[in-house]
Amino acid sequence: MKVYNNKAWWLVLPVFLLVAFSAIVPMMTVVNYSVQDIFDHSTRYFVGVDWYKQVLQDTRLHDSLLRQFIYSGCVLLIEIPLGIAIALTMPTKGRWASLVLIVMAIPLLIPWNVVGTIWQIFGRADIGLMGWALNSLGISYNYASNTSDAWVTVLIMDVWHWTSLVALLCYSGLRAIPDVYYQAARIDRASAWAVFRHIQLPKLKSVLLIAVMLRFMDSFMIYTEPFVLTGGGPGNATTFLSQTLTQMAIGQFDLGPAAAFSLVYFLIILLVSWLFYTAMTHNDKTR
Amino acid sequence: MDWMAWTLPTALFFGTIAAILAGMTVWELRSPCIERKGFLPISTTRGDRLFIGLLGSAYLHLLVVGTTDWSVWIASVLSLFWLFAVMRWG
Repeated sequence: MKVYNNKAWWLVLPVFLLVAFSAIVPMMTVVNYSVQDIFDHSTRYFVGVDWYKQVLQDTRLHDSLLRQFIYSGCVLLIEIPLGIAIALTMPTKGRWASLVLIVMAIPLLIPWNVVGTIWQIFGRADIGLMGWALNSLGISYNYASNTSDAWVTVLIMDVWHWTSLVALLCYSGLRAIPDVYYQAARIDRASAWAVFRHIQLPKLKSVLLIAVMLRFMDSFMIYTEPFVLTGGGPGNATTFLSQTLTQMAIGQFDLGPAAAFSLVYFLIILLVSWLFYTAMTHNDKTR
Repeated sequence: MDWMAWTLPTALFFGTIAAILAGMTVWELRSPCIERKGFLPISTTRGDRLFIGLLGSAYLHLLVVGTTDWSVWIASVLSLFWLFAVMRWG
């Protein structure tokens, strides 16, 4: 293989410098913090891997990690099939198509803290429409004191906020399928299910991988919405990883353990993202 | 640079990573690699194998530190073997 010119790499230099200042240098600092006990700017002691040992054996963090995986798993299990179903039913032409696209995009434009506030009020039994309606129907619902209610509310909130993203990605994927596939299916008198199973779903594979990756990474790092809605409660029922980490770093000012755990957190996201990236590129290569 | 709270071990760690990346760049320029398949389930380039080797080493360290009372140096030695195996036969 002959390499003709490598000068184009210099064009990457500005981006590299930007990433260096915004990500690499802060991450190096976190690594430095993770091996020291830091009291103040000038008083710090090298402790080796002690913080790593502590955080890896901390049951509070194990619980948060387990909750986080369950949460991300539930988010994917609900949002991906629902997003596909919505995309399949969205109109493809006419003025309704534009209107539906705008309506679908609205939740994505709302900031995280506003979404949390909307659902916090919406779910309240005294002034919130959903909370009041459920309690009026005889269903005991209180997300502030009942663990199941808190989980359901946090999940529904995420589904409301982000299913549109999956739906819009799938919609664009569906629009990219050439009409000849559908013509062939009509000639073969294929059922709607057969069209979905053998044409639409395989063609959506790449788009779905992107959707799964985006939703996994985003849900795995979720902080603001559950923090505003439940504050991590009742008890620690909806305290996810980033909230535990924030409590440790800012609440307790345990910078060393927080740095060690944020690196473990980073490695988990790096591994999962790499697996998705590999699956996506492998998919492209085998086409 | 004092605000970054540098220590000698972390400086050596990042220095080694930077040296490996620089070395890999020179190696790639002198002899561009060809993607191949070894014991890993996917075909990989030299850079892919380095990434897999380093990521695997990080997890190996976490495994040893989190679940055993072994010295971290044992994890480092095992990681070197793992990195070599991935680069050579991966």
